[in-house]
Amino acid sequence: MAEPSASVEGLIAGLADVGYIASGRIATALYMALHLQKPILVEGSAGVGKTELAVCAAALLGLPLIRLQCYEGLDESKALYEWKYGKQLLYTQVLKDHMGRGLAEAPDMESAMAALHGAGDLFFSEPFLEARPLLAALRAPGGAVLLIDEIDKSDEAFEAFLLETLSAYQVSIPEIGVIKATVPPVVFLTSNNVRDLGDALKRRCLHLHIPLPDQALEERIVAARVPGVEAALRGQLVAFVQALRGMDLRKLPSISETVDWARALILLHARALEPQVVRETLNVLLKFEADIAAVEPRIGELISGRP
Amino acid sequence: MQHALEDFLRALRAQEIAISPAEAIDAHRAAAQVGFADRTLLRDSLCVTLAKTAPEVGRFEACFDLFFSRSRRGQTDRGAPEEVGDPSAEAFDLEASLETGDAAALAAAMEVSAARVGASDIRLGSQRNLLTRRLLDDMGLRTLDARIASARAADDAATRALAERLTRGRADLFDQASAFVARQARLFAGESGRRMREQILGRQRLTAVEPEDVAAMSALVRRMAHRLATKYARTQRRAGKGRLDLRRTLRRGLAHGGIPFEIMWKSRKLEKPKIMVLCDVSRSVASAAQFLLLFLHSLNDVVESLDAYAFSDHAVCVNDLLNDERVEDATALILDRVGFRSTDYGRALADVMAQSDANRGGARLDRRTTVIILGDGRANHAEPRLDLMRAMSQRARAVIWLNPEPATYWGQGDSKMDAYARFCAVAKTCNCLDDLERVIADVLRTYVKS
Repeated sequence: MAEPSASVEGLIAGLADVGYIASGRIATALYMALHLQKPILVEGSAGVGKTELAVCAAALLGLPLIRLQCYEGLDESKALYEWKYGKQLLYTQVLKDHMGRGLAEAPDMESAMAALHGAGDLFFSEPFLEARPLLAALRAPGGAVLLIDEIDKSDEAFEAFLLETLSAYQVSIPEIGVIKATVPPVVFLTSNNVRDLGDALKRRCLHLHIPLPDQALEERIVAARVPGVEAALRGQLVAFVQALRGMDLRKLPSISETVDWARALILLHARALEPQVVRETLNVLLKFEADIAAVEPRIGELISGRP
Repeated sequence: MQHALEDFLRALRAQEIAISPAEAIDAHRAAAQVGFADRTLLRDSLCVTLAKTAPEVGRFEACFDLFFSRSRRGQTDRGAPEEVGDPSAEAFDLEASLETGDAAALAAAMEVSAARVGASDIRLGSQRNLLTRRLLDDMGLRTLDARIASARAADDAATRALAERLTRGRADLFDQASAFVARQARLFAGESGRRMREQILGRQRLTAVEPEDVAAMSALVRRMAHRLATKYARTQRRAGKGRLDLRRTLRRGLAHGGIPFEIMWKSRKLEKPKIMVLCDVSRSVASAAQFLLLFLHSLNDVVESLDAYAFSDHAVCVNDLLNDERVEDATALILDRVGFRSTDYGRALADVMAQSDANRGGARLDRRTTVIILGDGRANHAEPRLDLMRAMSQRARAVIWLNPEPATYWGQGDSKMDAYARFCAVAKTCNCLDDLERVIADVLRTYVKS
């Protein structure tokens, strides 16, 4: 079989094999990311499969997935690297005698200082470096898929700090120098639009907006994710969800909710959408009390598909 | 094709999709990677490299379809063209092409002429006719006209029939050319025309907005507010160096055997301002009030709370109407409740003070609240209640008065504006959207960022 990353069609087929039904645009974005070596910034409402795309791409490419979950207050020492202070302390303690002996033999102050300088550099070297996700992704020998999840939740300072990593695939560590990636990782950034990202970051990324899917695509996704559901029920439940998206709700159900609902219906041995079953499982689809209250009286007409 | 791509990027920029040189390079690399053969593939790959937000994606797709639709025109007109002549290589014969009906050659010649007369430099819709004429002249319309005239005058029937055919062809050609230029205008001039219109709207008197402009003005207000909101939503915290955060320092120190390596400082979260807005909705000021309310409502992100009162002869709280999604409709409801009566500032101030006291024991009007009053300050010879105004300015962080009337009118006739202005931190004439944006930006700069 040809390498899946050689063409967009290959990527669509390959992603389908690992359980991700991608639209042409999604596959094209991944294709461009692989060939232009640029990160992808994935946007879309919660549950449309942003994170899942990275997971499936890692599976498809056979690369390890390294994940960095962003949150307010995330800083370098948690994202990039940290020194193993404990190990450094332990080593200095253990080597105290040895160092004392070495220094005692030094004829004068200057040579003792010189010996100390050499030892000091030893403690800030790679064996004492604790690699956090970003560094780990750069140092992965065969490349990796790096998922920087919910970048919009992080601070702006962190966003600025990411720029070096994302554009040059390198990091600067003051004590060691610049570490460059041997194989540039495939980077996914996801955002829920909690805040607007900076232009500098956007410029460095390919931009992919995943919309809510249409009926046909969503049916295929449900079929891939929940193989046990029968075709008739599948069409019915997807049509129901699609109808819900036309309503004025606080949180529209997205793909993950549809998939969860399909699973729930199978668990309840539902053969077709009955008002009773729908009413009991509506809380899987809708996450707000007000939304449920708004939909409940209209279940009958939503199932029949007539306004 | 490189030239076509550059033209396309220019069209995108005209649609307000910002494309930096670096992104242009990316676009070229992307196009080189996928080639120009597969239209969908090309569109998708350019889209992911160039469009950076969801609205931009929409604009990108429209622009792409419009821009690249011309390449297909030759086929749709008369089936598949047998051979496409290269008009730049050999001299293009307009007459012969018209007679044989060679649509592909005509279309190609039109492209070449368009490049020569600079059709893509079009900036305004009104340049269309001029450009169409230039385009046709460049294609050799004058020679054709002379030819038709001489053929008409000829004696034999065959030549006169030829003149007829050529005249019909000329009319078709004219239609094609004007359609071509119209498309260029939509691609390259659509946005600059709109921008110019917006500049005019920005200076339009708020009290005299034509009904057909209201929608455009509202969109403009929302965009202005969004611009301010993104600017000020970003700086919500200051790195307050100066006070030691002992707890966090000790906690960090645990990793280093209790030695406080890293000193942590307390950072202070900046408070979002609370805004209380009082809008005069008497006949003279009502339409300005509409835009102020819309503006403030769109600032939701950077304002902690917004209390809105509308008044004419008495004041009512209109928060319940503003919390709805459709603020534009809310204005009509507000006007229904209290609008279009003669103003009584004293009574209105008393109502507002009483209501803010009653609601949460006076908590609504406190040192964090900025009061924005929009009104002409014309009290209709009623008691102005300056004592209440003083109380309000003492309790609030600042009182800002926006007056649609120019400052020279203040204090004349029944205007009590000069008296009220003494209690205001800022009293300004605010008569167009540009003023409004400037004043609100000042408020945010002073009270959010400081």
